[in-house]
Amino acid sequence: MFGLDKKDTSKLIIVACLALLAPFILNPFPTDSALAQFNAGYPDLMQRFVIFGIFAIGFNILFGLTGYLSFGHAAFLGVGSYSAVWMFKLIGMNVIPAIVLSVIVAGLFALLIGFVSLRRSGIYFSILTLAFAQMSFNLAYSVLTPITNGETGLQLTLEDPRILGVSATADGSIPVTNLFGLEMRSTFEMAVGPWAFQFNAGYYLCALIMLAAFYLSIRIFRSPFGMMLRAVKSNQQRMNYTGLNTRPYTLAAFVISGMYAGLAGGLMASMDPLAGAERMQWTASGEVVLMTILGGAGTLIGPVLGAGFIKYFENIFSKINDNVLHTWFSFLPDGMEDAVVFIIHPFIGKGWHLTLGILFMLVVIFLPGGLVEGGQRIKGWLSRRKAKDGGKAAGETNPAE
Amino acid sequence: MDAILLQILNGLDKGSAYALIALGLTLIFGTLGVVNFAHGALFMIGAFCAVTLQRILNLSFELVDETQTDFLGNPLKVKTPYVEAWFGPDIGGSIIDWAVPLAILFAIPIMIGVGYVMERGLIKHFYKRPHADQILVTFGLAIVLQEVVKYFYGANPIQTPAPDALNGVVNLGAAIGMDIVYPVWRVVYFFFAVLIIGGIFSFLQFTTFGMVVRAGMADRETVGLLGINIDRRFTIMFGIAAAVAGLAGVMYTPINSPNYHMGMDFLVLSFVVVVVGGMGSLPGAVLAGFLLGVLESFASMNEVKSLLPGIDQIIIYVVAIIILLTRPRGLMGRKGVMEE
Repeated sequence: MFGLDKKDTSKLIIVACLALLAPFILNPFPTDSALAQFNAGYPDLMQRFVIFGIFAIGFNILFGLTGYLSFGHAAFLGVGSYSAVWMFKLIGMNVIPAIVLSVIVAGLFALLIGFVSLRRSGIYFSILTLAFAQMSFNLAYSVLTPITNGETGLQLTLEDPRILGVSATADGSIPVTNLFGLEMRSTFEMAVGPWAFQFNAGYYLCALIMLAAFYLSIRIFRSPFGMMLRAVKSNQQRMNYTGLNTRPYTLAAFVISGMYAGLAGGLMASMDPLAGAERMQWTASGEVVLMTILGGAGTLIGPVLGAGFIKYFENIFSKINDNVLHTWFSFLPDGMEDAVVFIIHPFIGKGWHLTLGILFMLVVIFLPGGLVEGGQRIKGWLSRRKAKDGGKAAGETNPAE
Repeated sequence: MDAILLQILNGLDKGSAYALIALGLTLIFGTLGVVNFAHGALFMIGAFCAVTLQRILNLSFELVDETQTDFLGNPLKVKTPYVEAWFGPDIGGSIIDWAVPLAILFAIPIMIGVGYVMERGLIKHFYKRPHADQILVTFGLAIVLQEVVKYFYGANPIQTPAPDALNGVVNLGAAIGMDIVYPVWRVVYFFFAVLIIGGIFSFLQFTTFGMVVRAGMADRETVGLLGINIDRRFTIMFGIAAAVAGLAGVMYTPINSPNYHMGMDFLVLSFVVVVVGGMGSLPGAVLAGFLLGVLESFASMNEVKSLLPGIDQIIIYVVAIIILLTRPRGLMGRKGVMEE
């Protein structure tokens, strides 16, 4: 289907199902139950899932294929957000021009930074991208304040021109972002028994764009261009010795992944029309690195999983507090209950970053392929066990190695 | 003229923190070949050693003093630190006052221990893995250390004043008939940094241990073949590098109240410093640290800023980019270091 082989088609279908049915999947608990606070099926969070999914997919095209570890990708996301908000201020509240502009601007920015940074590789590349991103962050905070509005962040106001729209709605408020009239924040609620499912227009727009982005990344992975990038990762020197100039390929990969980041930034601004410099800080770049590695760098589905995983647990963990823990462990004897709660306490609520850091370290140390490799190992282990059972019946089939 | 001298002082002062951190980073990189993203966290742990010592010294007990009353007329509860009770108010008081300098003694063993555990427990297993993995695991470690400190000390900056005697300002220009008023503690910081840097260099240059380490930096395999346990010495060097970062942190506390993310803020800059100086070159790291510090403080002069607005924010990065593109090995980089 769509020029994909069977395996890739099934991956695309899995992601499509997850994305389109997310309002159901993420709302497993009835609204009046005690566990309802762990529902993640509200529009704001679901939008973040898919937007960071796009960001991570794009990052993976660079890091997963070429092995160039960029620590400055948040800069492109920030640039995308700023250009989208400017589009809302000047042209109108339709999201399409905003998203298109944010992709283009981020692409140009990536071309510039990539052109300089890709002259070096390895650790130097990481540090150069880091330096560029910090530079953009500092500039956004200081000199570029007329464009970025500094610390306050860029926001819509009633005085904005909006040539193709209105500066203010009839009742005097700022118009909301829309797609040819379909408001991004409009939400359809469906109540089924005790469950309440929310279908948000903005979320579905993001989800569809993410599917398109995911499809594109599959095509890139399977294309001759993707093979070339992999060759760069495995041995760049040999590529150079064969007389091939690798830089155009890596630069193309860098620009593509920058455009993905810009797309994510543009969508972020389309869902909530404001942009701040903190989106460009290097810790934000670190986050997308975490997502990609945690999910599995170089795999197709890994970054999406990683982004969903981190954003989901960030949400869940920060909601757990001591009271919740006490109800969970109330079956234990009193002293033990307190002890267990005391031990778990640092890892929940505000301690989510601690959990994330530990988890990340464990993944890097023991599972360099991330969650995807973990899944494969479990699958391999299960099938090996099955094969052993079958193998005993059929006699020795497995060679020693 | 005064303004220029003042900026040079400012720059040397800023630069000494950069140089100390970059020196530690380079020590680790030059010996073990590991890119340590957790180095900023070591700086932060050092700063929190000072905070901890200050808290320990301020541990006190309460006594109800019947002779004094508070504003409600109740007997006043007087808090007396144990140190004052043991050594008398004079000596005890000055011990508390000198908490930050005393923390140097407190921090050295702790930092060497932290460094040792880090190298043996984690980084040892990453020598043969790609540099990207080393960056990632130390980045994760930095997050963990930072969050642990945040859990115990909270997210707000903690005031740790310098001793009263070193808290004022001094007129450095008096001898040459100029007026350069400068905080005493910053002068102390500068000389402390020079002392540490000099100490590290002479340790490497004039001791047998240092000689072996330098030989190992040049050719690890051959030194190993000569029957020297180079790994053990490199582990010790990691501990020393951690101690250097920690001491830089201890002494920095009066300048900037420590908080849990101070390490991350310094880390990016010190990486830039290391790259500008040349990966693996110790003199390069020190030189680049002071150079970038001075450049940064000149860029923040009003005259320069009115000419090129915003230059103070980006000067370091601009210099780094120019240097990396024109002299890829950095100012004093050696051939063959980190050139895949």
